Formats: sequence, C-alpha cells, structure tokens
Amino acid sequence: MSMAEDQNQRGGATLAKLLMSFGPLLFLAALVVVFTVLKPSFIDPINLFNITRQISITGLIALGMTFVILTAGIDLSVGSLLAFCGMVAAVVAKGGTANTLSLSTSGTQGFGWFAALLAAVVVGALAGGVQGLAITRLKVPPFVVTLGGLTVFRGLTLTISNGGPISGFDASMRWFGTGLIGPVPVPALIFAFAAILCHIVLRYTRYGRAVYAVGGNAEAARLSGLRVDRILVSVYVIVGFFAGLAAFVLSARLNSSEAVAGIGYELTVISAVVIGGTSLFGGIGSVGGTVVGAALIGVLQNGLQFNNVSSYTQSIVIGLILILAVAFDRWLKSRVRR
Amino acid sequence: MPAEAAPVLLAVEGVTKHFAGVTALSDVSLDVRSGEILGLLGENGAGKSTLLKILSGVMPPSGGRIIFDGAEYTPSSPQDAKRLGIVTIYQELSLIPTLTVAENIFIGRAPTGPLGLVSWRRMEQESRAIIARVGLTIDPLTPVSALSVAEQQLVEIARALSLKSRLIIMDEPTSALTETEVQRLLSIMDRLRKDHVAIMFVTHRLEEASAICDRMTVLRDGRLAGHLDRQGGPIQLPAIIEKMVGRAASELYARPAQRAVAGDVVLSVRGLRTVRDPEAPHAIVLDGVDIDLKEGEILGVAGLVGSGRTELARAIFGADRIAAGTITLDGKPIAPASPADAIKLGIGLVPEDRKHQAIFAALGILPNFSVASLGRFSTGFGFMAERRERDALSGFRKMLSIRMASAEQAIEGLSGGNQQKVILARWLARDPKVLIVDEPTRGVDVGAKAEVHQILVQLAARGIAVMMISSELPEVLAVSDRIVTMRRGRITGEMPGVEANEEKLMELMALDRRETPPQDAEGQAR
Repeated sequence: MSMAEDQNQRGGATLAKLLMSFGPLLFLAALVVVFTVLKPSFIDPINLFNITRQISITGLIALGMTFVILTAGIDLSVGSLLAFCGMVAAVVAKGGTANTLSLSTSGTQGFGWFAALLAAVVVGALAGGVQGLAITRLKVPPFVVTLGGLTVFRGLTLTISNGGPISGFDASMRWFGTGLIGPVPVPALIFAFAAILCHIVLRYTRYGRAVYAVGGNAEAARLSGLRVDRILVSVYVIVGFFAGLAAFVLSARLNSSEAVAGIGYELTVISAVVIGGTSLFGGIGSVGGTVVGAALIGVLQNGLQFNNVSSYTQSIVIGLILILAVAFDRWLKSRVRR
Repeated sequence: MPAEAAPVLLAVEGVTKHFAGVTALSDVSLDVRSGEILGLLGENGAGKSTLLKILSGVMPPSGGRIIFDGAEYTPSSPQDAKRLGIVTIYQELSLIPTLTVAENIFIGRAPTGPLGLVSWRRMEQESRAIIARVGLTIDPLTPVSALSVAEQQLVEIARALSLKSRLIIMDEPTSALTETEVQRLLSIMDRLRKDHVAIMFVTHRLEEASAICDRMTVLRDGRLAGHLDRQGGPIQLPAIIEKMVGRAASELYARPAQRAVAGDVVLSVRGLRTVRDPEAPHAIVLDGVDIDLKEGEILGVAGLVGSGRTELARAIFGADRIAAGTITLDGKPIAPASPADAIKLGIGLVPEDRKHQAIFAALGILPNFSVASLGRFSTGFGFMAERRERDALSGFRKMLSIRMASAEQAIEGLSGGNQQKVILARWLARDPKVLIVDEPTRGVDVGAKAEVHQILVQLAARGIAVMMISSELPEVLAVSDRIVTMRRGRITGEMPGVEANEEKLMELMALDRRETPPQDAEGQAR
C-alpha cells in the first residue's frame, strides 16, 4: 500500500475509528436515555449508585480478566475461584468452620476483616499462579486448565464448607460490602480505585507494554527479550487476586459466603471484557473498555428489572447484545482496514 | 514456443481502480496468451495486488475492461472467477490442513455415487491422476498438514487444473520454497505451458522471472511501466530493474569499497552443535560450526534454505538449545539460555520472518520500536518514560529515514522496508555489540533494499559487528566485508568480500565436497 493511499484511507476511516473507541460508551449513554424515558426514576442517584454496587463484583474480576484476554488467554475458573476465596475469607473471619450456621457477629472468635481480606486475595493469587504455571510449563491451553480449575475450585469450596454457607461477619467486615462514603457505595469505590490502578499499569508501565506485546505476538515478544512465560503466569495471578478481592466484597455484602456463589460469573466477566472491545486474540483492548462493558451489562440488567422484564428475558437480551457488540466491532474494523 | 501463434486468452484494456479518491491503478493494459508464462512485476505498492484482486473477482475495476476467452469478463466473486476459468493461488495457501489431498482437490464438488453419497474410490483415483500432472507422487489420502509448503502449493495447482482453469495466477509462489523446490515448481510451470495453460507469475524474484517468463509486464506506481519480451534469450535483470524502479540498475547494489577490517574479534563460536528436536526430526542441526565476528565488519553468511544459517543465528541468540560448543563475547565465554540473556549481553537479532517473529502487527510504531528496550525507556518505578522513548524514535526516524505518519500509527500500515527499519531501530536503541540480521531485505521493495544495505554499512562503520545472513547473493556480495558459506549445518568456505563472486559462493553453498556426509546430516538434504 502506498503512503498516499494509506493516508487517505485513514482519513476516510476516522469516523469508524472514533466509533470503535467510543462505540460502547455511546451505546451505554443511549441505554441510559432510553431507560430514563421509559421510567424517569431510573436516573435517580440512588438507583445509579445501586448499579455501581451491582457491577463492582464482576467488574473487579473483569479488570483482571482484561489482562488475561490481552495475552490471548482466558480464565474460566473465576466464578468457582470467587466462591473458594469467599469461603476461605469466611473461615478466617470466623476463626474456623465450627459455627458455620451461627449468625453471631461477635468478631472475637475470628481473625478480623484484614486477615480475611488478605487470605482471600493471597489464595486467589496463588490459585491463579498455579493455573498459570500449568499453562506455561505443561503447555496445556488456558481454556483447558481453567476449565479444570472451574471444577476443582468448586469442589474445594464444597469440601471446606460442607456444602453450606458460612454466615455472620462483624460490622467492620460488612462495611466493605454495604458501607457508604458520602452517597457512594464502598464496593463501587473499590472498583473505581482498582480500575484506575489497572489502567495506569496497562497504559503507563513497562509491564503493561509487555502484556500487550506478549498478546500481540508471543514469538516476537520472546525474540525481543521479554520473559513471556513469566508475564503469562503473572496475568493469571492478577485475575486470581481480583477474584479474591471480589469474593471478599461479595461475602461482606451478603454477610455470608455461599458455596454456590459465583456460578456463571466467568461468562458475565468475559462478556464485559469483550463488549468493552478487548480482542479474544490478544494485543488489543483497554481497561476503560472493560469498565464500560461492565457498566453496560449492569445498566441493562438494572434497567430491564426496573421495567419488570423477567430475568429469563434479561439473559436473552444480554446474550444478543454480546454478539451484536462483537459483530459491530468487526464491521467497524473491516471499514477501517478497507 | 511460438507465442505469436497462440490466441490472446486474457486482455486487460485500460483498467483503472480508485479507492476513496486514490488511484491505485491507472490505465493498465496487458495480455496473456494460452500456453505462455507472463511475469507481472513491480515493487510493493506498484498495483500488482490491486490488479490481482480485480482479476480474481475480489473487486471490480473502476474503469476499463477485461476480455477473457473472447467475452467480457466481469466476475461477481472469486468463486465466479474460478467458474469462468481463472484461478488465483495466493502466498497464503488456502488448503484445509486436516483434510486429505483428495478431499482438498474435490472440496465442494466431491464425486458421488448412485445414492448421492460421496464415492471415495472415484475421488481417490481421479485425484491421483490430477496430482500426477503436477509431478506429485504422494498418496492422495495423505492429510495436507503432513505435506511441505512446496507440496501444498502443487496440490493447489492440481486443484486449479482439475477445475479446468485456463489461466492460473500465482502470487509469489516461490517465496517460501527451497532452491530445489523452486526448480521443481518452475519445471512444472514449464510443463503446464506446454499443455496450453496460461500462467501469470507474480514475483519479486527477478532471477526466477527471467528464467521462466516468455514476456513480462512491469507496473510502477499504479501505471504500466512497460512490457518486456524474450527475444532469443531470457529477459535480462538490469532491464527489468530499470523498468521497476525507473532508474538505471547500476544505482542499485552500489557496492561500497569493502574495508579490510582489522578490528578485534567480538564474537567467537567454536564447535557449535544444536540439539535434534524429536518433534521435528527433519530440522537442520548445526554440526560443529566455527565462526569469528570482528568489530566493525559485516560478515555475510551465505547459504540456501536448510543450510543451518538461521539456526546458527538462533543458537547464538539463545533462541534454540545448544548441545555442544562454546560462544565467547569479548573474550568471555557466554551461554545465553534465552533471547533475553543474549540481549542483555549486547546481541540483537532481526529475524527472517518479519510478520511472525518481529512485528506486533496490531500495535503502534512506538511500542514496536521500544519493546526490546523497555528497561532503558522506563523510570525506576517501572513507568514508561514516554518522552525519552518518543525522542529516541524520532531520532531513528531521521537517521534511518523511516517514512511514517506518527508514532501511534499501526506498524501494519507501513511498507515492508519501513517496517524493517523500525525493527532495526528497535535494536539500535540498545546499542548492540553484535547485530545479526537474517534476510534483512526479504519482502522489501527494490528501492528500499539499497537503503537497508546502506544502514548496515553505517552500523558497521560505527563499530557494531554485523552478521548478515542472506540467500540473495547479490546482496551478500554488495555489503559483506567477509563472507562465509554454509551447507548442511557446517561452514563450507570463507573469503574476503572482494574476492567473492556468485559462482564461487554458489559452488560452496550448493555442492558437497565431503566424501562422507556427516552422520547427523542424514535425511536433511532437501
């Protein structure tokens, strides 16, 4: 392609490029407008903050998943890992599994919220690291390793909890799920803070550059001196960490860790990342996109519920939106390329 | 072959193609006769691909007309073009690797029996006959994934023949082939010519075009640069080059005066052997390579595909495992276990397959440039020092005259030559002691080739020890201060650049001088 041809094509494709960057955001704005017109109370700050609280759990995991998908990987185990980390956090918070059904909020028997949080994120990160090592050392594809992980972590969760929930945490721990700072829910603040941090890491650090490079072309990355295997392991550690953090927040919010928590979350999380424009083939995507993707799903769920659409129908709509979002993205790309 | 006697099969008359205001093709005319091979040549961006897309039915022309077999030719799709009798074989082969040769040949039109079920027996028999026409003796029930690239290409040609194609367009068919395979392909093209098939041969490789083509059409900047005719003998390379670049051929491959380099030995390799990979038993292994590389020299490593030249580069660079032998850098033994180790020691590698091994296609020029120097372009806390990074890039942009719009531009949008310059800049940013370049001008326009050569000469003048691996002898001769030849994983000769010529090198690269082949080399001969 000649330079002139090249320049002109880029000029003609500017609109398509803009749409590609802001398409999901525009769609999100349009949804908010539509739902507001249908039911003006949708736009109430109370409801909007409610949405941010709802999306913060899957949103946190989606941040980690963005790293994984940027390397052309996938993590199907996050839902089970969330349940497992939640159970670990509960055990630590309550000081054992003995009084699982006691709703006693006395914190004296346990080790406190900080130990619970620490346990959840450390276990999550370790579990992610083990999966990362299986992927890089044993050369088993991420899809298979984490599909195995999905079953293993669920089984571990059921084993330590005996199938039931562990409930009743002290107020200091519950604050992380139900508290407010001003009008803003604490989980939403945690999500916002984590998103900014992830954005900075991916956009402004050498580690972020390495993640994009490994996802863009692993062989070229290796021949450019990047330690590809270490970077691959690290992204699974990151998503595991976020699964642990999300588990802590979820347990705090529900005042309970459920053995069946997080079933199907991996799909919501992956949907958020993909709707946000991150390519499943790696190398392309952003944290901003993921946040918008997560918000889009949250707004859809909330708005449909607000208008008394059944959860069955919600599933159908969200699935279709996922497909349409990717189709739209593809279509734009073909416009840009041509 | 009396080409004049044969009727014109395809006539392209004043074809023009505009894209969003840009003219990619302007008033191009050419014709192809039955039973002849027409070479279509031109630099990247000359309009070859556009013309190919029009002929293969991917898109219609904006103006002009095409006559095929006496009727106006307006294919609505690539399928339609095939049905009308024009098959295009692209560089990226379109066979389905998990299916057999026979299934691939008859894909979508398997012969059926009385009940409408696939008749496997007929399919096998018919495909056996068809592949014999292209000189293949393999079992048609072999899965395509088990074939070499060259064999796959022949299967594609066989499929084209079975479709009763009158015109086969081959887009750079020899770029992935070894010398022997190229010769085989050329002889099959010759055989098809005698069967009255018309072939349009699109290529960068002027020697091959000269060897086989009856006539050539050369494009330049989307226009017709001229037609060349075989008059008695093959079309001469200088004539082709002049048409392609629009200047005299003597300006290319301007051979700089080779300096007698008296620099110290920077890199020294002794008795290097690599491991045979049980998963790739036919891969080349190094069999005791000794080589010295001096400060400020360009060492040309000449060898055919399969000589071990790339394996040598990869072994030094820590990309492949070493079984035995020593590597010393500045007199100290080194044992790089990974490219990261080699890079830290001051070695850089511009790999041979730019698309798969060097560039990050989806990323911008800036991250492509700095990926090997993230440490140098970041602060102590791991943040990128983008200002410093951009300044460095713009310095190299001037120094190497990289033609680009911005640092954010996707590297994919650059021409091959400019991509290669970005990859060179990637290594120069590290100030390497040793720079290994493997096929540095593969897929680079004729004009940009000379620029790349000039850059290599400049780098050597700055004291970098440059090892240039190439299968293009004119290139090796143009820039090397010293030349070694390789064959079957061994060094077969060494001489100063001034004493070398193509005949001497080719003899050392292609002929076996040993009575007994080395034990390890069995089965490697291609």
